[in-house]
Amino acid sequence: MEAIRELLRGNARQYGMVIALAVIVVLFQILTGGLLLRPLNITNVIMQNSYVLILAIGMMLVIVTGNIDLSVGSVVAFTGAVAAVLLTDVGLPVYVVIPLALAMGGLIGAWQGFWIAYVHIPAFIVTLAGMLIFRGATLIVLGGRSVGPLPDSLRMWASGFVPDVTPDGPHLLTLALGAAGAAALVWIQWRVRARSLRHGLPAPAAGLTAAQSAATVVVVMLFAYALADYNGIPVVGLLLLVLIVGYSFLMKSTTIGRRVYAVGGSEKAARLSGVKTQRTTFWVFVNMGVLSALAGLVFTGRLNAATPGAGEMFELDAIAAAFIGGASASGGVGTVMGAIVGALVMGVMNNGMSIIGLGVDWQQAIKGLVLLAAVAFDIYNKRRLGFGRGGGVPAFLRSSRGRPDGPPAAQAEPPEPPERPEEPAAAPGRGR
Amino acid sequence: MDDLILHMRGISKEFPGVKALDAVDLRVRRGEIHALMGENGAGKSTLMKVLSGVYPRGSYTGDILVDGHVRAFSGIRDSERAGIAIIHQELALVPELSVAENIFLGNERTRGFGLIDWGRTAAAARDLLRRVGLEEDPTAPVAALSVGRRQLVEIAKALSKRVRLLILDEPTSALTETESDNLLALLLELKAQGITSILISHKLGEVTRVADTITVLRDGRTVETMDTAGGGVEEDRVIRAMVGRDLDHRYPPRTAEIGPVRFAVADWTVDHPTQAGRRVVDNAALEIRRGEIVGLAGLMGAGRTELAMSVFGRSYGRYVSGTVYKDGRPLRVRDVGDAIAGGIAYVPEDRKELGLILDDDIRRNLTLAALGRVSRATVIDPAREAVAAAEMSRSMRVKSSGVLQPTGELSGGNQQKVVLGKWMFAEPELLILDEPTRGIDVGAKYEIYLIVRRLAAEGASVLLISSELPELLGMCDRIYAMCAGRITGQLPGPEADQESLMKLMTQTGA
Repeated sequence: MEAIRELLRGNARQYGMVIALAVIVVLFQILTGGLLLRPLNITNVIMQNSYVLILAIGMMLVIVTGNIDLSVGSVVAFTGAVAAVLLTDVGLPVYVVIPLALAMGGLIGAWQGFWIAYVHIPAFIVTLAGMLIFRGATLIVLGGRSVGPLPDSLRMWASGFVPDVTPDGPHLLTLALGAAGAAALVWIQWRVRARSLRHGLPAPAAGLTAAQSAATVVVVMLFAYALADYNGIPVVGLLLLVLIVGYSFLMKSTTIGRRVYAVGGSEKAARLSGVKTQRTTFWVFVNMGVLSALAGLVFTGRLNAATPGAGEMFELDAIAAAFIGGASASGGVGTVMGAIVGALVMGVMNNGMSIIGLGVDWQQAIKGLVLLAAVAFDIYNKRRLGFGRGGGVPAFLRSSRGRPDGPPAAQAEPPEPPERPEEPAAAPGRGR
Repeated sequence: MDDLILHMRGISKEFPGVKALDAVDLRVRRGEIHALMGENGAGKSTLMKVLSGVYPRGSYTGDILVDGHVRAFSGIRDSERAGIAIIHQELALVPELSVAENIFLGNERTRGFGLIDWGRTAAAARDLLRRVGLEEDPTAPVAALSVGRRQLVEIAKALSKRVRLLILDEPTSALTETESDNLLALLLELKAQGITSILISHKLGEVTRVADTITVLRDGRTVETMDTAGGGVEEDRVIRAMVGRDLDHRYPPRTAEIGPVRFAVADWTVDHPTQAGRRVVDNAALEIRRGEIVGLAGLMGAGRTELAMSVFGRSYGRYVSGTVYKDGRPLRVRDVGDAIAGGIAYVPEDRKELGLILDDDIRRNLTLAALGRVSRATVIDPAREAVAAAEMSRSMRVKSSGVLQPTGELSGGNQQKVVLGKWMFAEPELLILDEPTRGIDVGAKYEIYLIVRRLAAEGASVLLISSELPELLGMCDRIYAMCAGRITGQLPGPEADQESLMKLMTQTGA
């Protein structure tokens, strides 16, 4: 029991959100009379939310560094518009347009990252400007019209399915992939446990891990079966899977991820530990730009047209997903899986509320309340654990961030509160 | 019987775990300039915060008598009403507002209903500026003024509140010599107008020049009150009073073999990061041998932290000139990464802000500066990391529930051990320690001394910055003293004593 409590204490936020997601799924399954978990609808939820999921991954990294990106909706629209124009008006092939669009997203990210990381303009302002700039640019590129329809080669990426090995019956490839995925997850769970035990680190009891594995197998296989029963795995679903696994690995297991967390946790401490904080922030924004472009391609492909109003409010969905999924507004905390769960919470709620015929007005208000509740829980939780840094004041709203020449040492140790830190002293020519 | 404007009687104040003031007595006569001296942490600022109501009544014990009546202030406004004003080292002015607006901030000249009477404001401001000898347009923004002039604006602001007792906390530490002279002259003039001053200062020269009485605090107690009127006070006597404390900690014995010069810093000059042309480190030079523990002594504002941080990959200030040598060859240290690659480590004074990521666990903090040691091609090996962190945590004797405990939950001493461990893990050849034992209990201090000794014995060079002179004397093979950005001299550790060190630390001129 003690072990479980310890486990929950450390990961209360993540477990809390997975449980919340489960509760929401069950709730809407009942409210929609079983429509929510129909194979067709599950496929729909994934495809409808694919671009928000992609954006949420990038946004999580941005928020972990203590920043924010308000421009992603406009960047989605702009890259989508440029890609559509290149495909239809210019007539470039899709295998040229996709890399071009991604590179353009990277350049946009570099532009914003430059102002944020090296000029120290708060991300809030830089990306607010970006939101306006790239929305304007979208209108210029499109000339106020919608551009479409688009070639099938692009649409395939956004709304196609991975073809099966056999022509009819349930989708065997999907089931095989599901089984492989479940096996891999179970293997990882046991390996992590074995490793922890070997090195004398706290590890859950064998029974607990077994239960965890069983649950994993059941959920993954049910999911795979549902997909297989409809059309199989959507191409964009496979893309998402690659992104989720890849970014989880990057953030969890590489020095790059560790440095991203360090920058957000304490920019000054990270810098004094040799982390190139400016460069890290810069690349996180480049990454956000590339993922925005990817989301732009997927969204445009799915809509089969580039429209001037595409991607509006996407930034807010992505930000909400990251915060619901456990990111800390003060930076340094958050996981890729958390962002995915957060995005799914929003997506399932959207879908469920639409099925039961709740108007967009109510949907907005309820989503807002969920976001507020999730972050309030986060801050309450932190304070209870005794280190609510800055009372949850978002780092991107504090002005002094990232100054490479900040003053040395602000001392606040109990025995010395009256004295001040080394106050830089004395002008030249003091000698007499 | 003296005519006392202020008598603080038996003032005691405790912070969690520490007695900052212990039955302090302070008697200030009407119309005098009373200097308050003491080492960093002696309790001067705490005492003044008690007086001005920053620490309200009830949070301390003892009595404050103003004009012979017991008073207890519950806030700064309260003490201001009694005619007491304090001017802090960091000036409390709003740079964007004008001189006149700052002078009357919170105390505006109005026509009623909160409407500001600009005519009266300007006229009154001009009068006050004349009194402090500042020729400045009252409508100029404070941001346009030099630090010295801002100080005068602060004094004008105090005068506008009809101050009778003016407290200045280290007023000259940021001023040029001419500005300091002007300020001291102004104090004498205010004295002639009947205003009493309490001057907190580290600079013996200026204190003996203007003060009528000197009170020395040490370790939260009043040591001595000296009258300069009867023929002046010898500076040596003040220094003795400031430092005359027994060596009350034990230090592990020296074991290191001292080898040839390993690191050297030459011609090192650094400017303030935002105030152009303000020199914070001026042409400093020092060298450190293999296995040697070298001390860096200095009072607040001497430039020790600035020197150390700027050497550590230019992480402070605006680099002007200077070279770091390692084994006689110039070492590139253009950023922290270079410095770490060159074998330099810096344990900052402020471990919470600069040393640790408090949300992160011990393991992640320990390996952050040397992730390469637990990773291959940027992929971290979690097993290797966990083992390395657990080993380091054990050898540093960090008391924790395990290496997965967030560092924010640890005590100060254990946090410091984690910071030290982080740098030990990077296997430094030069370890710079900035106030490594500040705010740490005696037991943990000794353990940190042991770690430092061990590192030196293994052949590393150590630069130890400390405000505790006994610590420097007990630990160091050689001690440099800094004052006003310059290195004013060096003493061999075994032969140095506190008096001779303090003399170097207060030596502003060459």
